[in-house]
Amino acid sequence: MKRLMLFIPLVVFFGMGVLFWVGLGQEDKSVLPSPLIGKPFPQFILNTVESGESLNHLPQEAVLVNVWATWCPTCKAEHEFLNALAQQGVKIVGINYKDDDFKARQWLKAYGNPYLFNIADPDGQLGLELGVYGAPETFLVDSQGIIRGKHVGDLNARVWEKLQPQFEALK
Amino acid sequence: MKHIIWVLALVCLPALAVVEGHKYQFDNQRDQERFTHLAEELRCPKCQNQNLADSNAPVASDMRAKMYDLMVDGKSDQEIVDYMVDRYGDFVHYIPPMRSQTFLLWFGPLIVFVLGLLVLMWLKRSQKPVVQPLSAAEKAKLDELKKKAGS
Repeated sequence: MKRLMLFIPLVVFFGMGVLFWVGLGQEDKSVLPSPLIGKPFPQFILNTVESGESLNHLPQEAVLVNVWATWCPTCKAEHEFLNALAQQGVKIVGINYKDDDFKARQWLKAYGNPYLFNIADPDGQLGLELGVYGAPETFLVDSQGIIRGKHVGDLNARVWEKLQPQFEALK
Repeated sequence: MKHIIWVLALVCLPALAVVEGHKYQFDNQRDQERFTHLAEELRCPKCQNQNLADSNAPVASDMRAKMYDLMVDGKSDQEIVDYMVDRYGDFVHYIPPMRSQTFLLWFGPLIVFVLGLLVLMWLKRSQKPVVQPLSAAEKAKLDELKKKAGS
């Protein structure tokens, strides 16, 4: 009995070890799981940044929906990568989140436009429907308009390595 | 004395606090309190250790505005919480629901407490000294000592 008790600290140590392993192993603790995965993309009636025409649906194919803004430094960091993705034929729809159309158009002129089109969301109402809490965020949407995945933070080669198989599977 | 009154007045000041009262006007006190209460119960997804009432993040401000709209639409507290949870996940509510994934969150402390209690009981039992009645010789000696102490 006494002897067994000597093992208590060891057991506690391993217990803590497992908890730390799980806790510290998480890549980014500020990323929240989205409850919208598996649900339809929210309805909206908004204008496009480019022409100002009214729009209420996404294209009926697998697309990336990228939430960005000119006030968001990380969006600038990922923009080059989005240009590269677009060149590879990846369809990307932009949501210009809580931003100004004029600034957005200037940005697209200066840094290139990887988007099929951009949805202007100046008040962040579509962003709220999508549970956006920090640009950039990227959603994977299938041809039926169902949200299949979400990435919070910038898209880069390392992230795309993980997302690409999932995205290809949606096509 | 004057100082104490000042300090008391300062301490009481936060009780008057309302969340952006100029922006969100209600025609009755009850709704005003409901709004403040909800803003304190919902968590800002951007700055994770602040509630919606505390946070200055743009997303928190948007969420407050949405809360206000929903309240004006006559939605109940539960409907407003559900609305936010549907979009931002369980994370957004400071009172998480009871579910298989949140089992440890709710009952973890109780489990650890019970385990600790068991270990404590186990320790107590294994340490219990075995009490044996005094023998006749020991009793005689005790009596003698008592007498000595008494005199």
